[in-house]
Amino acid sequence: MIRKGDTLLFDAPPTVAAWAAAGGKKESEGPLASAFDFVTQDAGFGEQGCENWEQAESILQRKAAELCLRKADTPRTKVDIVFAGDLQAQCTASNYTMRELGVPFAGVYGACSTMAETLGLAAAFAASGMAERAMALTSSHFCAAERQFRTPLEYGAKRTPTAQWTATAAGACLVRAHGGQGVPVLSVTFGRVQDFEVHDINNMGAAMMPAAASTLLRYFAATNTRPQDFDAIFTGDLGEVGSALLREQMAKEGVPLDNHQDCGCLLYDTQGQNVQAGGSGAGCSAAVLCCKILPMLAAGQLRRVLFMATGALMSQTTFLQGESIPGIAHCVELGGAV
Amino acid sequence: MKLDPKQYDEMVNRASPPSPVVRDCVWAFCVGGAICTLGEGLRQLFLIWYDKTLAGTLTSIALIFLAAVFTLPGWYQKLAAKAGAGTLVPITGFANSVVSPAIEFKAEGWVTGVGAKIFGIAGPVIAFGTLASFVWGVIYWLLGKVG
Amino acid sequence: MNYVWAFVAGGLICVVGQLFIDYTKLSPARILTGYVVAGVILSAVGLYKPLVDFAGAGASVPLLGFGHLLAQGVQNAVDECGLPGAFTGGLTAASGGIAASLIFGVLAALVGKSKDQN
Repeated sequence: MIRKGDTLLFDAPPTVAAWAAAGGKKESEGPLASAFDFVTQDAGFGEQGCENWEQAESILQRKAAELCLRKADTPRTKVDIVFAGDLQAQCTASNYTMRELGVPFAGVYGACSTMAETLGLAAAFAASGMAERAMALTSSHFCAAERQFRTPLEYGAKRTPTAQWTATAAGACLVRAHGGQGVPVLSVTFGRVQDFEVHDINNMGAAMMPAAASTLLRYFAATNTRPQDFDAIFTGDLGEVGSALLREQMAKEGVPLDNHQDCGCLLYDTQGQNVQAGGSGAGCSAAVLCCKILPMLAAGQLRRVLFMATGALMSQTTFLQGESIPGIAHCVELGGAV
Repeated sequence: MKLDPKQYDEMVNRASPPSPVVRDCVWAFCVGGAICTLGEGLRQLFLIWYDKTLAGTLTSIALIFLAAVFTLPGWYQKLAAKAGAGTLVPITGFANSVVSPAIEFKAEGWVTGVGAKIFGIAGPVIAFGTLASFVWGVIYWLLGKVG
Repeated sequence: MNYVWAFVAGGLICVVGQLFIDYTKLSPARILTGYVVAGVILSAVGLYKPLVDFAGAGASVPLLGFGHLLAQGVQNAVDECGLPGAFTGGLTAASGGIAASLIFGVLAALVGKSKDQN
């Protein structure tokens, strides 16, 4: 393992041995519907006696974790550590999931960037020999996020065109130390917080774009690569507005992105599903990773990609206090299946 | 990075699609107008039996009741997603802002959830409305003393 | 004719609110608060009562009308009992609407459940 700039390069790359995604109703009506391992039409899990949205998110997250372990044919006792996070205050969705799983657990908060953050940490642990099997796990739930960050679900309000829709989804990846089958994690770049004084809570894509551009530029500089070296560059949850801004900025930096796609625009049909500028939430990029990116790498349809999830790191309190919205972006480089 | 906050602000404004103002206003006008017309119908009905003040109060109560009924199955939220200010500005919007947290925060208990959060959105309206009326009351009283 | 003016006046007051939503960064809560305070002021300077007389529910149903109600209530109470009326008049006049919202809200919480927005 060597470090170049902010990028950790794995000479003996760990592999993503198995992955699974769980989603709700809107996700089951989107372009990636058939790729989910589990979808529910009742995201409240009322039939299972679930009483609130926070609990429902935990159930969804646990489904993803259990399905991932089943696909890997690995009992939970063989998992050395789980890095998990979500959008709820104090990351309670993950805490209650991990209460059931009973595996060593490190809670992670990176807002919508959590999937890349947990995957990066899991890969670093597996690459350095500190874990044989490490899991990355994240979720978000539209209803839990809405009642915590915005307004009650029955409250009538119009969404602005730049707003994004929090995905009801969870994703899990099991990372194994070098040597096994799966999709190799070639490098990880943890981002630096960027704040360009965006205050509009309904325009998260714009708030997170500078972080995405900054991490990408640092990665390209450190590894001496160009966008053309990759089959695709996936950003997590910039949405339509943030994606347009990212392409504009990268062109200005002299590194035009012609192979960029955004998870927020891939999870939903942004024209037909009434999600305004696209999807968001920790579960959004997790679901796209597990439903599209990893399967395509495993099938040989992609050979080298960047998966970079972005997060907006404000809270309701700092927003009300007039603080601007800091953004972060973590980048994971994935290779063709071995 | 070739970017500064001021420059970025302009970039964001250019990249962000504007709200469809004309369509929004047509929706707001039609739905807001319809709610007020319904209110006028109810008022005329109550005027058959009651005086103007009481008929006005009963009209408000009836509209609030209807707003609560429409809020329950999520219809008010669905209408508001299109109608915007058309459902926000009438008294039914005020009712929706009281009923929706009551339903939402039942999960946190009757006292600490429903009781504590029920005026979470409408509270400022009542607070500043009452403050403004107090200020006007004092001025009105002073004007009476002077005049 | 009553109904036509109720529709037009009510609709126009809502359009003004929509313009605030679309052209400013004001949140709905701030717009509503502003409407009520504006209603009190408009009523205090004597501009709102003629509109209510003319457009009926078109002027009384929007939240400006709630402000008007508060201002009228406080005036009546001050007329009746002097300065203490400044404390009691507003909420007394608005009590029907506030209590109705509260009561129907609690009843809704009793029978209803938070639902997904799909």
